[in-house]
Amino acid sequence: MPDFLMPSLGADMEQGTILEWRKRPGDRIERGEIVVLVDTDKAEIEVESFGAGWLDEVLVREGDTVPVGAAIARIRTGETERPAAAPVQKPIAPPPPPPPRAPVPAPPTAPRVAPPPARAVPPAGVRIHASPLARRLAADLGVDLAAVRGTGPEGAITREDVERGATQRAAAPPPAPSPAAPSPRAARADKQSAMRSAIAAAMERAHREIPQYYLATRVELSRPLAWLAEQNASRPLAERVLPVALFLKAVAKAAVEVPEVNGFWRDGAFVPGEGVHVGVVVSLRQGGILAPILHDVARSSLPTLFAEFRELVGRARAGKLRSSDVSGGTITVTNLGDQGVETVFGVIMPPQVALVGFGRITDQPFAEHGLLGVKPVVEVTLTADHRASDGHRGGRFLAAIARLLQEPESL
Amino acid sequence: MTRDELREQVLQALAGVAPEADLGALRGNVALRDQLDLDSMDFLNFLVAVHQRTGVEIPEADYGKLATLDQLVAYLLRASAAG
Repeated sequence: MPDFLMPSLGADMEQGTILEWRKRPGDRIERGEIVVLVDTDKAEIEVESFGAGWLDEVLVREGDTVPVGAAIARIRTGETERPAAAPVQKPIAPPPPPPPRAPVPAPPTAPRVAPPPARAVPPAGVRIHASPLARRLAADLGVDLAAVRGTGPEGAITREDVERGATQRAAAPPPAPSPAAPSPRAARADKQSAMRSAIAAAMERAHREIPQYYLATRVELSRPLAWLAEQNASRPLAERVLPVALFLKAVAKAAVEVPEVNGFWRDGAFVPGEGVHVGVVVSLRQGGILAPILHDVARSSLPTLFAEFRELVGRARAGKLRSSDVSGGTITVTNLGDQGVETVFGVIMPPQVALVGFGRITDQPFAEHGLLGVKPVVEVTLTADHRASDGHRGGRFLAAIARLLQEPESL
Repeated sequence: MTRDELREQVLQALAGVAPEADLGALRGNVALRDQLDLDSMDFLNFLVAVHQRTGVEIPEADYGKLATLDQLVAYLLRASAAG
């Protein structure tokens, strides 16, 4: 009877808070199905099951925080039919009703180890069964939980119920805010503070532990951009591919050629990655960054890769990432060209050993075969872990990216 | 669609990619990407939404002519009249 563990959803995650169980004891779970929603401080992530079975027992209640690796549920595997002697479906006790006093906000830098206080106060004598996520969303949107009909297990109010309640209420004038309820701006500030702390922890670790070296090269892009424009001319608008897809694919194929940049530094040794799974740095409109993962990039066609990338960015910015979106990255790419940056000197995401940066594509004087012309050029940089590779191999990696970009039809 | 109707469709498409933006304060003659901090992916999603709302097909070669709200609305008006 294997345990279902709190997963590591990013190098900067040390603990997670259970926001909402999507399965109940006795429920069937198929591989890839979403079992639980977890808050990592940086994002709310839907955690999928890596196997099939039955949920036997929930070990951690909604609202509770546990470290990465802690058992959060027990799964019974093997049977395709529900066990005859299924365990008694023990309803999970809802979190205790909130105290009728104003919650005391935690200091912004304090790690959150206790569940956030539920902010929507029910009328006296009415117990509202809602997940912590639904309570928090209700507080953010100013929705009265007592007026929302729950459609979740045992009538629990879910996030979708709160969102529906907010939509239905939109035409009506908003109720006067409770003096105890923090404003949505305060809730966002708290979330951003937690994200900043998580980013700080990962970057501190990178600078403390990793002897990083930096290389850069300029790549002339006339040929790949002309090829891409020709391809896009026959595609409908929604299926056109941006140059970033060429960059991601070239990085992945180059990482196959120079495997020392693709993997992890663990316990004093380099562990090569199995496949090339590229973390892509995504900036969020409300501030902060995430680095969700594109899997098996070296094997994807360009249109498929770009469609996956577009969906991944959309999920990251909508706060709807899944555990498979944030697990298993072997190398990271950051692209700051849209911000006008020409050269990116990035920081490795530990325990990975390399990060590739792309700057803005600019028209520059570029000499080739003795002829000087004005060409579209991008500067590609590598930040690499000197414990895992040397500058010679790092240089070969950048040269491979440059060469592969000149052969776009083979990407 | 009239100019005002096209402008409204464009603003609704923008609200989809930059929901936090104060679109009432948008200046018609300043680049949208600069005013709203749109990256390439945002801009592509925005143009896809504009296409879905107006039916106007926008070739990639014309992206550079559509930097501001005024430019985009004028482009859509011409394309609508021609189509």
